[in-house]
Amino acid sequence: MSHGILSQILDYANRANPYPLYEELRKTPVFHDGTGPYVISTYYDIQSLLHDPRLSSDSRNLAATAGDPLAEDGGEEATALPPSFLKLDPPEHDRLRRMTNRPFGPPHSPRRVDGMRDGLRDIVTGLIDNLGDTEGIDLVDQFAYPFPVTMICQLLGVPREDEARFHVWADTLAASLDPDPDSDPAERQRSTHDSRMELGMYLAGLIEERRKKPGDDMLSQLAVGHGPDDSMSTMELLSTAALLLIAGHETTVNLITNGMLTLLRNPDVLAQLRQDSRLAVPLVEELLRFEPPVQLLPQRTPLVDIEVRGTTIPKGSSMWLILASGNRDPGRFKDPDRFDPHRKDIQHLGLGSGIHSCFGAPLARLEAQLALSELARRLENPRLLEDPPPYRQNAVLRGPRHLRIACDGIRPA
Amino acid sequence: MADTALEQLKRSGKIVVVGASLAGLRAAETMREKGFAGSLTLIGDEPYEPYDRPPLSKQVLLGKGDAEHTALPRRRAIDAEWRLGVAASGLDMAARKVLLADGEEVPYDRLLIATGVRARAWPNEAERELDGVFTLRTREDGAALARSLNAGPRRVLVIGAGFTGSEIASACRERGLEVTVAERGDAPLVGALGGVIGAVAAELHRENGVDLRTGIMVTGLEGDATGRVRAAHLSDGTTLECDVVVASLGAQRNTEWLTGSGLGAGPRGIACDAGCRAFDIRGIVTDDVYVAGDVARSPHALFGYQFLSLEHWGNAVAQADTAAHNMLSESTDRRPHLWVPAFWSSQFGVNIKSVGVPSMGTEIMITQGSRAERRFTGVYGYQGRVIGAVTFDNSRWLQFYEQQIEATAPFPPPFTTVDRRSDGQRPIPADFPDPSVPTHGPTITLSGYSPADRRITFTPAGH
Ligand SMILES: Cc1cc2nc3c(=O)[nH]c(=O)nc-3n(C[C@H](O)[C@H](O)[C@H](O)COP(=O)(O)OP(=O)(O)OC[C@H]3O[C@@H](n4cnc5c(N)ncnc54)[C@H](O)[C@@H]3O)c2cc1C
Repeated sequence: MSHGILSQILDYANRANPYPLYEELRKTPVFHDGTGPYVISTYYDIQSLLHDPRLSSDSRNLAATAGDPLAEDGGEEATALPPSFLKLDPPEHDRLRRMTNRPFGPPHSPRRVDGMRDGLRDIVTGLIDNLGDTEGIDLVDQFAYPFPVTMICQLLGVPREDEARFHVWADTLAASLDPDPDSDPAERQRSTHDSRMELGMYLAGLIEERRKKPGDDMLSQLAVGHGPDDSMSTMELLSTAALLLIAGHETTVNLITNGMLTLLRNPDVLAQLRQDSRLAVPLVEELLRFEPPVQLLPQRTPLVDIEVRGTTIPKGSSMWLILASGNRDPGRFKDPDRFDPHRKDIQHLGLGSGIHSCFGAPLARLEAQLALSELARRLENPRLLEDPPPYRQNAVLRGPRHLRIACDGIRPA
Repeated sequence: MADTALEQLKRSGKIVVVGASLAGLRAAETMREKGFAGSLTLIGDEPYEPYDRPPLSKQVLLGKGDAEHTALPRRRAIDAEWRLGVAASGLDMAARKVLLADGEEVPYDRLLIATGVRARAWPNEAERELDGVFTLRTREDGAALARSLNAGPRRVLVIGAGFTGSEIASACRERGLEVTVAERGDAPLVGALGGVIGAVAAELHRENGVDLRTGIMVTGLEGDATGRVRAAHLSDGTTLECDVVVASLGAQRNTEWLTGSGLGAGPRGIACDAGCRAFDIRGIVTDDVYVAGDVARSPHALFGYQFLSLEHWGNAVAQADTAAHNMLSESTDRRPHLWVPAFWSSQFGVNIKSVGVPSMGTEIMITQGSRAERRFTGVYGYQGRVIGAVTFDNSRWLQFYEQQIEATAPFPPPFTTVDRRSDGQRPIPADFPDPSVPTHGPTITLSGYSPADRRITFTPAGH
């Protein structure tokens, strides 16, 4: 086992292709270099740990000495925003997630996501119509970013005009997940703290307005509250709204960008998708396996000493579950490094599993399916101008920062 | 490649499957997948191609799906000869022939029996002929019952509060129909999950407006002049007016057609080894007759090699797969069917799942969540090990407990879990009824004796 493999994974130099490092990591399925986190990288281990009730997602259960480079979470308490349900265990997790789900999904809002299809298509069409000079498109700035952001704003009821303001906060908070070796930790903590504070205050103002004049959006419905679980406290509502806004920002962007990058690297698949947009459904599943936007879950800790493959992981240790590595585990998937949208056996970990499996999954899937099939259909002869593209710093929420492409023209909608 | 008997079988043999439903279809698909190129015959006494039964007591009764539209999705083409609408009426093991009710004979090289179970009918013949009296097992049953619920009966009586009876009651309430449930035992689901969980189920019934009567037997049904059911007489001396009655009394195994064949078949099912090969009545394993699904009864290493009969969808699929594999394999390549029993149900808006054999458990511990919130995980213990688990709206954790069962982990579980509440600190008696007192049919039947259980004395016959 090569030393310092974790720092290599975190090292920006390896961002464009971390998969060989994951392969190396899988040789030691429970990796621990003495001080850092316990790192789990094979499919079945991750899968079963995600269903293990002895594992907590609540960082308050983390021992002070857990030695996790990602866990400098002082920012959270300092803002006095309670942890979002992503970072809570049942029963609090279940209650908040259930309440959040009421206005979002079945059984209470069974057609919400599907009902957004036309709206999503309109946004996609508009963005593609306005791509402008086809010799130099930045697919991230011109498409993959504005699309989900517009959507999450509509869904939550956050004014799109305010985007410039919360864009900065969302960026900072997403970056806080990443241990950027070049940045000053104290400075980072301060800016994380400030961003959470400002985002919280901004959302508090919005929620106040929605309480007075509720609309059809999720914020209004959450603020008004109904159902057997009563309503959320204002603080709970704030952290839930912040979670949705940020998760709605930073993940689908990468899914779409990774998707287009992968398609451009696999022109035969791109051609098939252009022929038949129904391919988008299995293609997005394969994409979630092949290039998952959330590469790893750094937020787990055992409540008691647990044994994984003969290694005892002490209570309170920090654990990382490398979803992207499990997705490429040859012990689970045949020919795992091959991108094959026709794969039948595709129970990937790209959206997690267990009680914390991705809340926004139905929306993310639909967004990516629409985006990729429309891009495939409308861009004439698209090509990459830079491969690999420049990536974002973040090793956890991994994706290209820019994706420069060119094409011969844009077919009419 | 050497032209072994197996190669010959695969290339041009005759395989017959009796019972053209879930297990039969899945086995046939697997056989083709494994390269079986010979002739494949599926015999089924129902006139339809294979369909799915779980929706019958769920979507169909709620009017969210038609009984006619529950055909099982096909995983691949099987190119079979279908003999539908005709029952197998006998088996000649020496001549390797299945006899059909229409007088025909179908020869086989390998036979798979997947005849499942049928609903136990209301015992009084005249009363069960009354209009408005139903059981629920087949597509026709489902369609007829759904029709009668559509007509808006004034009161439905469900006799027996097992999973099917409870699901029917739940569907009635969801449609706003008045429903009474009469259960001989002390609570719904008590046979499958014990009294501790039965009490939760009872609350669920009552909160949802079911008129639940436990410790009660229905002693007779009464019809009006036109032959329609109008009332039921109960063992407490009362009479209940009702215009629809569903007898949900558990199931009987479809083995009568094998009487006299010499196969080890009886009311508890067809005994087979872990590789799905049927036993004959002398306890000798056959080489060419296999069994799968609800009708099978096979020993399970995790549960003291007791013979288990399971009425579980997932078991039918897994066992069919194993049987099909073994039918086409050399003896050294055969696999045991060691599927950990798993079952699901949904009723009154709650998703109930179980793994293992809860009914073997003597104790239960609520390891997560709370019964009061109807959202919990209960773990069953037997002689100091984890033997089963049940979840109410908590199924995402079930996989873990399944692994605990597979690992024969100690009970009570010695570790902390997320969502452990104060009432889950200690195990309590699981409170299963005395097995000699019948309740509604359980969905797992344990039979055979454990070696620790020396109840019979063996006296060999003199030579
Ligand atoms: C209403 C209902 C709800 C259910 N819900 C659930 C659930 O939620 N979860 C779950 O795990 N399980 C559920 N089950 C159980 C599940 O459906 C069964 O475990 C499964 O159908 C078993 O499949 P099988 O092929 O072994 O038997 P069956 O499906 O019973 O098929 C046997 C077939 O053989 C035919 N047959 C019988 N005798 C002969 C003969 N002599 N000749 C020719 N054909 C014959 C029968 O008519 C039948 O078509 C439910 C069952 C019912 C009825």
